[in-house]
Amino acid sequence: MTVPSLPVPYTRRRSRLADRLVPERLRAKARHLKANLGEMGVDPFGYDPEVVQYTALPLAWLYERYFRCITKGLENVPDGRVLLVGNHSGQLPFDAMMVATAMILERDPPRIVRSMVEKWVPRLPWVSVFFARVGQIVGTPDNCRRLLELDEAILVFPEGVRGISKTFDRRYRLERFGTGFMRLALETHTPIVPVAIVGAEEQAPSLHNLKSLAKLLGIPAFPVTPTFPLLGPAGLIPLPTRYRIYFGEPMMFEGEGDEEDEVVRGFVAQVQSRLQSMIELGLRERRGVFR
Amino acid sequence: MVRERRKHRARKVVLATGAAGNLGRLVVQALHREYDVIAVDRRPISGLPKDVTHLQTDVRLRAIQDVFRTEGLHAVVHLGLLQNPRADVNAYRFNVVGTQRLLELVSRYGVRQFLMLSSANIYGSDPDNSYFLTEDAPLLGAEHHPEIRDLVAADRIVQSFFYRCPEVETVMLRPVHIVGPTVRNPAADYLRLPRPWTIMGFDPMLQLIHEADIVEALMMALRAGTKGVFNVVGPGEAPLSRILEVLGRRPRPIPSSLARAMLRRAWNLKMTGFPPSELRHVQYNCVVDGTRASEALGFKPRHSLRETILSVQDPLI
Repeated sequence: MTVPSLPVPYTRRRSRLADRLVPERLRAKARHLKANLGEMGVDPFGYDPEVVQYTALPLAWLYERYFRCITKGLENVPDGRVLLVGNHSGQLPFDAMMVATAMILERDPPRIVRSMVEKWVPRLPWVSVFFARVGQIVGTPDNCRRLLELDEAILVFPEGVRGISKTFDRRYRLERFGTGFMRLALETHTPIVPVAIVGAEEQAPSLHNLKSLAKLLGIPAFPVTPTFPLLGPAGLIPLPTRYRIYFGEPMMFEGEGDEEDEVVRGFVAQVQSRLQSMIELGLRERRGVFR
Repeated sequence: MVRERRKHRARKVVLATGAAGNLGRLVVQALHREYDVIAVDRRPISGLPKDVTHLQTDVRLRAIQDVFRTEGLHAVVHLGLLQNPRADVNAYRFNVVGTQRLLELVSRYGVRQFLMLSSANIYGSDPDNSYFLTEDAPLLGAEHHPEIRDLVAADRIVQSFFYRCPEVETVMLRPVHIVGPTVRNPAADYLRLPRPWTIMGFDPMLQLIHEADIVEALMMALRAGTKGVFNVVGPGEAPLSRILEVLGRRPRPIPSSLARAMLRRAWNLKMTGFPPSELRHVQYNCVVDGTRASEALGFKPRHSLRETILSVQDPLI
């Protein structure tokens, strides 16, 4: 009797390729990532730790060689649900990538960070699939609530596009914070860990933001940097500034999430001022943009 | 006198619409084990157990009312929504008026339970969707899938019935894509394609449920004597690419705009049974949360995801 041959499961075929490409040191880290995988090797949100093994290689190179990240305070990130609140900068979201990489390479045990991505990401071919496979999810409040209830680590940038696309003259000054993250933290009783990222501001100093052109192209911002759009797409490559990533002590706020705006804004202001002082500490500690 | 004309039966009587369909036949077979069944469909009905009463009629016609008047029905299981937009140009009218008419009769003749099979598709596949839509999510399906606006309308009619006739145990199930050896719907037919087309650069999470599992859910809902709207999900979620991989299919990726234009042309020429908007199901997520059904009805699918996927390959019975 012949047994009908089933196709080899996706995951097995891939890991053989990953075995050859990715050094054991990184694969061990990726293997320790906790995931609630279903029958098809992905979690219910489409996250696939195998794909993370692949991306660990370029990410580790960026983290260790290109941006030469100095990370402090990872012991402040608890094991349960946590909301990482960072300052967003640098025109392209390398800051989010580096925070996520730090949590994989330097934290023990490593943790996957779920960042709340912009709403237009699921509309983009390939990008949408890649983001889903590496655990990044559209930033709707429902998704965030659900993931926090599953005790995940979520990265948010309450400044949003305002932060990442700000011009060079406003570097290291926090833009207005949204309050949605605080309401979710209160509702789900989640500790907030402020994450200060120093160095990302200088990777692509924006001289001007051509808002009308951005609107025409349907993108959130159109920065003019010394290299972009002058050098075309190559001008998007960030400068190799040194990153300093500081994880602050967890902040816990008491409430239910349906408080008056003034109360919530007060809590947000506390997070914002803590983050600002951590940024200033980072700026004092560094001796130069590239050092 | 109405009461005197009722037949005395040992078992409760259930009327099932849409009984000639592939899923309808499975439901009638399952119902038949516990109830006396009256099977209704406009189409000729075949392949049902012998002691099931057949009635080939339109639910909008007088003959149905006679059944309600004389049979003392315990429950109505409404499966008779035309899901295939190509099947009948009058599908909209049939679905909306038919549902409305059945509900009128249910309330007028004191039927205890009403159960309708709606669909999770009425939430719509959309890039803005959160993961795991609950039963309270807005029904945006008809925005981009105009051919299901009658299903949305029928769903809404039943929703208002909860308030108009609270004494009736009304249950509405919204299952994810039903697949299996016998059902033929766009999702199952898509998975049977030898070289399925996909949208280049997109790989949404899909939910499938085995036809036997949805029949089981339906029976549980009837037994539970509960009321409410329930998403019914199968054994988990999977990216489209892995589902095709389990089936050993090599997909044909086509850029979104080209795929849309081609399918629209083919649809207009009546060369395909897939409406152009079906493409959104293989492009964006429509993932629903089945927690309520598992908690309130105790429903758990019996087939694993792999079994569910492979079931479309089983020879048609």
